[in-house]
Amino acid sequence: MTAKVTVEDVNRVAELAHLELAPGETERMMRDLNAILDYVAELNKIDTAGVAPLAQVSELAHAAVVPLRPDRVEPSLDRATVMAHAPETDGAFFKVPKVIER
Amino acid sequence: MPTGTKAAESYIEKPKTLAALRDGIANGRLKAADLANEYYQRIEKLNPRLNVYLSLTKDRALAQAERIDAMAAKGDPLPVLAGVPVGIKDVLVMQGAPSTAGSKILQGYRPPYDATAVARLEAAGALLLGKLNCDEFAMGSSNENSAYGPVRNPVDPERVPGGSSGGSAAAVAANLAVGTLGSDTGGSIRQPASFCGVVGVLPTYGRVSRYGLIAFASSLDRVGPFAANVRDAATLLGVIAGHDPKDATSSLAPVEDYAAESDKPPAGLRVGVPAEYFAEGLDPEVRAPIEKGIAALERAGCAIKPVSLPHTKYAVPTYYLVATAEASANLARFDGVRYGYRSPRSATLSDMYSHSRNEGFGPEVKRRILLGTYALSAGYYDAYYLKAQQVRRLLAEEFLRAFAQVDAIVTPTSPVPAFKLGEKTGDPLAMYLADIYTVTASLAGICGVAVPCGATKAGLPVGMQILAAHLRESTAFRLARAMEAADLILR
Repeated sequence: MTAKVTVEDVNRVAELAHLELAPGETERMMRDLNAILDYVAELNKIDTAGVAPLAQVSELAHAAVVPLRPDRVEPSLDRATVMAHAPETDGAFFKVPKVIER
Repeated sequence: MPTGTKAAESYIEKPKTLAALRDGIANGRLKAADLANEYYQRIEKLNPRLNVYLSLTKDRALAQAERIDAMAAKGDPLPVLAGVPVGIKDVLVMQGAPSTAGSKILQGYRPPYDATAVARLEAAGALLLGKLNCDEFAMGSSNENSAYGPVRNPVDPERVPGGSSGGSAAAVAANLAVGTLGSDTGGSIRQPASFCGVVGVLPTYGRVSRYGLIAFASSLDRVGPFAANVRDAATLLGVIAGHDPKDATSSLAPVEDYAAESDKPPAGLRVGVPAEYFAEGLDPEVRAPIEKGIAALERAGCAIKPVSLPHTKYAVPTYYLVATAEASANLARFDGVRYGYRSPRSATLSDMYSHSRNEGFGPEVKRRILLGTYALSAGYYDAYYLKAQQVRRLLAEEFLRAFAQVDAIVTPTSPVPAFKLGEKTGDPLAMYLADIYTVTASLAGICGVAVPCGATKAGLPVGMQILAAHLRESTAFRLARAMEAADLILR
């Protein structure tokens, strides 16, 4: 857990996250990520063997577990309202640049 | 605070109480329309300096004021927040009003619906004045990460108001709203409340609906109120709390009358003081007023007991792994397809995603997306994200054990008072450490109230954090009322 983040790592993660970094920004991010990851390595000092991960606190927070609502089709925002916010649309669909690269 | 030590330039002004406003409107001495206009005039005067509001929703506020004035004229019973001018952090959506989340990527976006908390405020008679500045996607502890410039602290404009709900805290401190809504993921309500000398509430996770809150880290995000006094903060929470079928994590527990509960004297309550929050790194000028505050609670009849929370030092690393991992997933939705910013220089879909996100997100948001993506990526998931979730359970269980012995836990809200603009912007890790006393409650899902508790020698506000177990907001409010009474003496 004390892995050193390299420029290649930053570029790979940026690609996964669909972020492009400006020249110079990659170096800065590499420095910051290493500083932060060095700091979070503190967690290695704790023995967590057999501890169940806690992904969300509702199980602790509520006396009664919140039941999931029934999965029913209900009216939602209408298409015209939604499409009014789209950067590009033909009224029925969102339009995006071509997907297939040659 | 002593007048001799006040900053040369200060915009502090105490708003009227909710009770005074409501009485005034009910008996005709005050008109909601006049109130709205007075607030807009004050905003126009101070906003160029403080940068608290990002946009104003005058039509909506004035239409509501007209409705309230008509009700008052007819002698109809008035709702609890009739005519109360409120501001909304710009991470909560309001139909037709700009909702930027402090980011360029949402510039120009006008959402087609209201957040539940916002709708509930308006249904209770509040006047929605406008949208308040904040750190981009609520990521920050100083409000300096807003794409629209930092908010300045009304106590001293050379200092930060705290973050990420800096605008929400500053608005109440400068009387640019009587109450406001903020969001708290790792301290974003409590820390700015402390820096600006106002009251901020962290409700139990699930107590207030997150519907319409632009998501940062969904297992941590909470919506909560700010006010100038504890009773009004309790009233505001009572209005926005309660089950909402539109938020699957929303609690079914009945909502208590928090304002009435806060009237109960705190005598007999057991108050825990954790040594871990008074260790190295705590500014002596913060420690001194907090210790006086604890002594005041003891004089009010509380039993002060030491408690131990040994995992406290692991809370910041745990928080920054959990929060950034969730953020990297939540912020994937900003892709230039359905709403928000799309880069014009995109030949392919893949280019469009990355150009739009690169041009739309600021550096701190990118840093956190990268960190979160890294922590979730193949080969690192177990070492970082899973490990953090395990430590999260240890932290939460530690609180549950402490709350078997005490009714509440009191700590400083922040280890330092409001710092200068630019002081920490070069060092992200130093900025993260500003959250050291607040992220613990965020991870555990418990509730708390941040309440003013004296000031430093230079007159900067100091805040006490009063934490209580899940759904025990009433206990925190009772103690906060006692602290508020003591605060007047400490200044």
